[in-house]
Amino acid sequence: MGLKSDYLREVKAFQPSPSYAANAVKAFLVGGTLCALAQWLSDWYGGVFAASPLAAQLWASIVMAGLAIFVTAVGKYDDFSQFAGAGATMLIMGLANALASAAIEHRSEGWTAGVAGQMFKAGGASVIYGLIAAYVLGLVWP
Amino acid sequence: MEYVRAFLAGGVLCAIAQLVIDRGKWTPADVAGSLVVLGVLLGFGGVYDRLAAWAGAGATMPLSGFGYWLAKGVMAEPRPEGLIETGAAVFRFAGALFAFIVAGSFAAALICKPKG
Repeated sequence: MGLKSDYLREVKAFQPSPSYAANAVKAFLVGGTLCALAQWLSDWYGGVFAASPLAAQLWASIVMAGLAIFVTAVGKYDDFSQFAGAGATMLIMGLANALASAAIEHRSEGWTAGVAGQMFKAGGASVIYGLIAAYVLGLVWP
Repeated sequence: MEYVRAFLAGGVLCAIAQLVIDRGKWTPADVAGSLVVLGVLLGFGGVYDRLAAWAGAGATMPLSGFGYWLAKGVMAEPRPEGLIETGAAVFRFAGALFAFIVAGSFAAALICKPKG
């Protein structure tokens, strides 16, 4: 029994246990609603502009990402993702939020070292892993 | 009905991600990266095409959808050949989203000051 494990056992009784079920339900409801909204947008583009299904889905994603950047710029996305958890962060909107919030946050450090340099601080990992996976697989895929 | 399918698929993906963040040892950034790579792998396997046909935006809006766009750029006809074409093809669809998000974020920083 080291000091560290003793301590962890002692403080356990005083830590609030995270409500897994409630968090998952909130993520489910918010994530699902946003996806249904994107589906409606995609249908609308397909109907009004006669866009191909693929282009309509890209348009819907772009509009939702733009919405996320706007809400981030207004400063409300943090409250929203505090409530929705993964329902807000694990969508493409979450990637837009990660880039936009990092860009705005580092504004005071200048445009090059701050905004452009730090933009991928939080969202870079997912873009970079995905890009490497797609590029390498694309080179070797028969 | 397609809205229900989009709702279910997107909701289930987000709920699973939330459970992995809460119960597992992964940080949210780890989960986000894994989702994108999962989308790339399933995109190459052709599984994600079927998921996207069934769930629509429920499959393309989660971060795995971004991975799917990356993979789809390479897998769509005409298939790219060699280093140069493959490198360009990765951005065939994902680039539309990527360029918009980067430019939009910079524009937001131009206009807004940090809040809170």
